[in-house]
Amino acid sequence: MLKVNEIEVRLSGIPVIHNISLEVKKGELVTVVGSNGAGKSTLLKTIAGTLHPTKGTITFENREIHRLSTPDIVKLGITYIPEARLIFGPLTVEDNLELGAFIVDDKNEVKKNLDFVYQLFPRLKERRTQISGTLSGGEQQMLAIGRGLMSNPKLLMLDEPSLGLMPKLVDEMLDAVSKLRDMGKTILLVEQNVFESLQIADRGYVIQTGKTIKEGKGSELLASEEIKKAFLGL
Amino acid sequence: MLIIDALLQGLLIGLLFALVALGLTIIFGVMDIVNFAHGEFLMLGMYAVYWTNYFLNIDPLLALPVSAALGVILGLASYYLLISYLLRGPAIAQLFGTFGLMLFLQYLAMFLFSADYRMIERGFLVGKSISFGPFVFEATKLAAGVLSLISFAVVYYFLYKTKLGKALQATAINKEAATYMGIKTEKMNAIAWAIGGGTVGIAGGLLVNFYYAYPMVGILFVMIAFACVALGGFGSVKGVFFAGLLIGVLEMIFPVFGHLVGSDFLGPHFKFTVVYLAYFIIVVVRPQGLFGWKN
Ligand SMILES: Nc1ncnc2c1ncn2[C@@H]1O[C@H](COP(=O)(O)OP(=O)(O)O)[C@@H](O)[C@H]1O
Ligand SMILES: [Mg+2]
Repeated sequence: MLKVNEIEVRLSGIPVIHNISLEVKKGELVTVVGSNGAGKSTLLKTIAGTLHPTKGTITFENREIHRLSTPDIVKLGITYIPEARLIFGPLTVEDNLELGAFIVDDKNEVKKNLDFVYQLFPRLKERRTQISGTLSGGEQQMLAIGRGLMSNPKLLMLDEPSLGLMPKLVDEMLDAVSKLRDMGKTILLVEQNVFESLQIADRGYVIQTGKTIKEGKGSELLASEEIKKAFLGL
Repeated sequence: MLIIDALLQGLLIGLLFALVALGLTIIFGVMDIVNFAHGEFLMLGMYAVYWTNYFLNIDPLLALPVSAALGVILGLASYYLLISYLLRGPAIAQLFGTFGLMLFLQYLAMFLFSADYRMIERGFLVGKSISFGPFVFEATKLAAGVLSLISFAVVYYFLYKTKLGKALQATAINKEAATYMGIKTEKMNAIAWAIGGGTVGIAGGLLVNFYYAYPMVGILFVMIAFACVALGGFGSVKGVFFAGLLIGVLEMIFPVFGHLVGSDFLGPHFKFTVVYLAYFIIVVVRPQGLFGWKN
């Protein structure tokens, strides 16, 4: 479904991603793990069209997308839930969700997607008329994910959904992500929580300073000595 | 009685001030750009109705769509032919760019229409007055207040109740996040300029019924509009509404106070001092304005 082929991405002229390739197949939950500053957010922003690669290509459903703008990529069915969440703080929870469905013209479909999101995160339904800037950190993350689901995307990209959350909420959030995969969603998840995310992923890529250093099934990567050494200091 | 009368007159003119300032605050809210040429859009809106009335003998109220359309065209042309290029440069370029547009439009008006003062002479409401009990209103001012309120309400409805309006708000709050929803920033920018130009065009068309049009007329009103935007909170639509009313009332009530205490010192020339003093006080005490959420 999504293929990233040997891309290089520069920020202010400096290569931040040197050479990364990856693939996400329909229905898969793929995770990209790496420590802070490895280039995970840069990778997702490049797929989302906010940044553009200086080398390599990105294809989605066999179509080149790496020169398209973000709104055009959203229309093709890829949504990006940014690390900073970027909810629309002065607006209500429900307004935020409706904005997530901006590209959906059919009102019935918007309603259906809204029901789906409220089912996944009942907390959001309780708070639907609340100004979203006053939600707690965990609720804001739920809102960011819910908003990303409102267009019923073909591919959902999540940038560190567990960042800054209490351990209990981290588990809750990653549970929600694996639940989404079980419902048939295709997901590209970026995490610093290496072990938790590899546990729920079908496949994973490990990146370090802008390069892929290892890839494989989630369970294989979890068992690998290299990974243990790099991320647990064992 | 004098005070209540001044209050009512102030509210009427305040509604017009709010409509003048509306476009300024929307453009600022969406793009962080101060449109210095906003007053010149008002001036051209005034001339649009004036000349339509003069040459075609159409009632100034019926000529309002002409000033609205001219305003929209001015807004869109400014955005696509000037601002969209300036966006690639530093913020200071945008400042000088709209300032240059202001000067250009002023001198263009001077060249085309001369510096003469012009006001509508023939019109259904011109010269008429309407009284409610002891209060007498000039019909043109009453119409300006009511139509300003209606125009404001239409824009408010668009912004807060429609999908496109909410997308515009989303872009104002966070451009990047809005693009992740599939909202195109350039399209929202253009809509902001179209609304900004259209509303101030209408305001000009209403104003020319009781105020002279001349090439430099924009400055006086854009200064009041700047005060409204800052008082209301940069980018706040609700804020600019109440700030407009407040300034309208202040402007009308202070001369009355002066009259009541028999002071020349507090006379009409003092009124704008009070308006801008209120502006300074609020900007210092509450820099985000009355309703602002932008810092
Ligand atoms: N504007 C920029 N110019 C140059 N380097 C940048 C810029 N922004 C971020 N970087 C660098 O890019 C690297 C990757 O950042 P990022 O993709 O955010 O990493 P991650 O999401 O994995 O923590 C970091 O080392 C960061 O310092
Ligand atoms: Mg990151």
